[in-house]
Amino acid sequence: MNEQQTPRRRTAGLTTTEFVAISASVFIGLALLWWAVTAAQLVKPLFLPPPGAVLTRLYELAASGQLAADMGISIYRILAGFLISTAVALPIGVLIGRYQTFEAAIEPLVDFIRYMPVVAFLPLTIVWTGVSDGQKLLIVFIGTFFQQVLLIMDNVKSVPRDFINLGRTLEMPEHRILTRIVLPSALPAIWDSLRISLGWAWTWLVVAELVAATSGLGYRITTAQRFFATDTIFGYLLVLGLLGLATDQLMKFLGRRFFAYGEVR
Amino acid sequence: MALPTLSIAGLGKTYAGRGNPVEALCGVNLDVGHNEFVALVGTSGCGKSTLLSIAAGLEAQTDGRIEIDGQPIVAPGRDRGVVFQSYTLLPWLTALGNVEFALIAAGKSSADARTIAYEHLKLVGLTNFARAYPQQLSGGMKQRVAIARALSYRPQILLMDEPFGALDALTRHHMQELLTRIWERDRTTVLFITHDVEEAVYLADRVAVMSNRPGRVKEIIRIDLPRPRRYEMLGTLRFQELQKQVLDCIRAESIEAEGLAEVLG
Repeated sequence: MNEQQTPRRRTAGLTTTEFVAISASVFIGLALLWWAVTAAQLVKPLFLPPPGAVLTRLYELAASGQLAADMGISIYRILAGFLISTAVALPIGVLIGRYQTFEAAIEPLVDFIRYMPVVAFLPLTIVWTGVSDGQKLLIVFIGTFFQQVLLIMDNVKSVPRDFINLGRTLEMPEHRILTRIVLPSALPAIWDSLRISLGWAWTWLVVAELVAATSGLGYRITTAQRFFATDTIFGYLLVLGLLGLATDQLMKFLGRRFFAYGEVR
Repeated sequence: MALPTLSIAGLGKTYAGRGNPVEALCGVNLDVGHNEFVALVGTSGCGKSTLLSIAAGLEAQTDGRIEIDGQPIVAPGRDRGVVFQSYTLLPWLTALGNVEFALIAAGKSSADARTIAYEHLKLVGLTNFARAYPQQLSGGMKQRVAIARALSYRPQILLMDEPFGALDALTRHHMQELLTRIWERDRTTVLFITHDVEEAVYLADRVAVMSNRPGRVKEIIRIDLPRPRRYEMLGTLRFQELQKQVLDCIRAESIEAEGLAEVLG
């Protein structure tokens, strides 16, 4: 019985091993399909290079240090942009989730800006900050921040009314209700929101790097396109997917570690 | 006669609502004497939880007066211990931590809080579960922790809002026996809300029956069963008589509330 808990993700009766086995076989199955299609020469290699060619290309890029350099700069940018966005969104989201005055002042504005397409900010950010790292961070920020604020606001609003009433019956001052009850109660859900928004941050980083950059994973994809090096494009797409999957799994793992509260596992 | 601990006179509560105001309580009169256990029974939606909420200071009445030891209730306070139906244990704290939480809020040092919290877990028989987190506890155990927490800071009165309502019948009986034992030791004044007639008769010195909305106290029945109350008393003739008396009083209300007058009236 844990009616006050947010429901934890369950693997519908599967053991962890079974779950991983099923997930892995889907990946393997798709890879085999990819290999079969290219081996049977159903598609021109320019449009869909064979997996072997992509892996060879990736190996070359890794050996030359290019891959690591591109990954390094992109990971730095996304971490910086995401952390800045989170650092600003967290206090604002908590305030507008808890206090109606702040909600009235900020929520409609955030909603308004949220609906402006992030890509439409690209020209403006280039005018403002050139093609520096700052421009990438700004795009990641614009793409992530406004969504984060609204998600965090909702997380804070979902804190059970009775938890807050408990604090009131104990005559806790408002700031302690906020720090001792509201924050710890909303934290697991906020962590999940951050995990989801980190996925979006990746998208906006690559968009920014595709349009105007001189380094990074997105930049390498654009240059590869100029030379019709689709094997490089596919290789980098795989890398992006793997990085996304890895960060998501890491966030999930850390979330379970931080917020298990003695759950039997 | 000494001043009652809780004194309610002509209490009314009307919710503004959109266009059509809802009158939840109208002219409620009830005194709960010092060291007295009063059970308030009523059909669902009769306003009994609203009444408790006003007594807790979480809501304001729109009419009449409500006083604790002669002082009007205007805000929540630690002179009243509240036990909510939803157990409201903070999931990130252990059983011991949840009791300590209230004691720290009440200004105890952490050493004192630990000692007192432990004593109160002992009172409800949960010392073996002091280090357990709420989601490792059964519903009955959680509510025992909540009772320990509400008693720990020595309130003038315990306000209990259908505390056993979410428990299965067997556990509910154990909880009633436990509460009776605890109460007969300290005789902390209790206002206990329930819709379970047997529970009310078993626990209380007096049972106040509420009318349907707008709720008011329709009748007060003195329970002259001897103390200590024991489980075996449930089978006695006097218990059955009293139970029947309360049931007769509430039956008409319940039939009306459920819209069954046509069939059962």
